[in-house]
Amino acid sequence: MKTVKLSIIGFGAVGQGVARAILQKKDYLADMDINLVVVAISDRGGACVEPDGVDLEAAIGRKKETGSVATSDLTSLDVIKDIDHNIVVDATPTNIEDGEPGLTYMLEAFRHSRHVVTSNKGPLALKYNLLCEEAKKSDLQFRFEATVGGAMPILNLAREALAGNRIISIEGILNGTCNYILSRMTEEGLSYKQVLGEAQELGIAETDPSYDVEGIDTACKLVILANSIFGMNVTYDDVDVTGITKITPESLLLAGAEGMVIKLIGEVRNGDNAIIKVVPKLVPKNHPLAVGGTLNVALLRTDLAGPICVKGKGAGSMETASAVLSDIIAICKNEC
Amino acid sequence: MIVSMDLELKDVPGQLVRALIPVSESGANIMSVIHHHDQRTPSGAIPVQVVFQLTSGRLDEIIDNLERNDMRVVSVNKKYRLESVTLILIGHIVHSGMGDTIDQIDSTGFAEVVNVSISMPAIDEPSSASVVISASDKTELTKAVDILKRVAAEKDLLVIEPIEIDS
Ligand SMILES: NC(=O)c1ccc[n+]([C@@H]2O[C@H](COP(=O)([O-])OP(=O)(O)OC[C@H]3O[C@@H](n4cnc5c(N)ncnc54)[C@H](OP(=O)(O)O)[C@@H]3O)[C@@H](O)[C@H]2O)c1
Repeated sequence: MKTVKLSIIGFGAVGQGVARAILQKKDYLADMDINLVVVAISDRGGACVEPDGVDLEAAIGRKKETGSVATSDLTSLDVIKDIDHNIVVDATPTNIEDGEPGLTYMLEAFRHSRHVVTSNKGPLALKYNLLCEEAKKSDLQFRFEATVGGAMPILNLAREALAGNRIISIEGILNGTCNYILSRMTEEGLSYKQVLGEAQELGIAETDPSYDVEGIDTACKLVILANSIFGMNVTYDDVDVTGITKITPESLLLAGAEGMVIKLIGEVRNGDNAIIKVVPKLVPKNHPLAVGGTLNVALLRTDLAGPICVKGKGAGSMETASAVLSDIIAICKNEC
Repeated sequence: MIVSMDLELKDVPGQLVRALIPVSESGANIMSVIHHHDQRTPSGAIPVQVVFQLTSGRLDEIIDNLERNDMRVVSVNKKYRLESVTLILIGHIVHSGMGDTIDQIDSTGFAEVVNVSISMPAIDEPSSASVVISASDKTELTKAVDILKRVAAEKDLLVIEPIEIDS
């Protein structure tokens, strides 16, 4: 049995989802000869550290009751630097101004010879190349499947399952909040404002929804796809972005009369006619990209395999944890 | 002259007869009508192929009459008259002078705005429109769409284009 030690930095929806997934998959992991030991968990309040393995059930309970997982004054940085472990799982909030705190956490993890798995888009949208170089310098793995499309496999699909193919372009719906709003507007003939209010009540949209509805989140995901799959070396500023705030119910009706729906589509393509943009587009109702609700979908055009389409849940605690866990397992198999 | 014409008809009763009247009234001799009831276009229209022998009447008059009755003439003798695209515009379309926008495209000579539907919810609120542009080939259509996009940008209108469909 191979023992792999990890820390979970950030213990919100995703961090706790990862802890639950590890608990739930204990036997599955044992069958793979993997013994995953969470040696530390941290949030803004501090950290709990247990070299033999944190009691995950108790940690989730403590977070719920007291608001923090901490049992000591150690900070997240102390954990990353000083506690002996193999993989840092970063599940801290996305920040597209300067990528912090995730950026520093990831760089410190590499400096201390730890692999990194993350669901946090910020550092990747801003400093992708730096992070990859640091990982490479120390021969470490850097995996981030959860940053694009939540549960929906796309990065690992393109890199591993479709290895040998040239990916010509990727086009898709990468933000569940926008998809929910446009789908509900189409179904109910309601205005953008009415549906936004409903989405906020349901917890599908944030109190400040601008990050989603202005297309910023989709743009960050495109940057990650562009850099990691197309080797494009772009940042958020290179993306041409239009959001969904101007879409009217009448425009959806007019589109419907032509057999179309309107979706916020992110598109990236390399080469002569390189494109990286987020814009609402008309999609035929019967097209694979015309998925409803909060679903995410991506259409990859490849040279050998032709078009490949994936769809799935783009967010949610357990769904995102699924992508994080797949990255952890990949590292366990390859490296540790 | 024998003419084979592809039309797209709305799925409402009586459309086929309405489509055939302008043809027969021109004195043409209708040779065959194929109604592709099982093949729908994305907007739900039904493709129909009409073959007729034209004796005295004029083809362009027949096409005009059909289009005036809201029927799309897709091709004549398999020469696609039209590459067309539907776009949606959102913004202060009426205030900003929709006519002017259409004129800019029609005056190119190579492309034409063949259909516009505008929906205005209330004064001061942005309106929405669907615009169908036709041209004789793809390159010209792209040029026409670029003109529309340029005019729209000047007038602060949002243009929603269709995704590219793999053939
Ligand atoms: N939720 C999803 O469905 C989803 C899907 C895909 C990707 N993501 C990404 O995954 C990441 C985590 O999302 P989430 O939904 O789990 O967010 P969340 O519920 O807000 O949790 C964030 C966690 O990070 C902790 N944190 C904040 N600042 C910190 C700092 N300086 N040092 C250490 N910990 C800090 C917070 O601590 P406190 O608890 O003390 O406040 C909290 O535990 C984000 O980057 C998000 O964009 C989320």
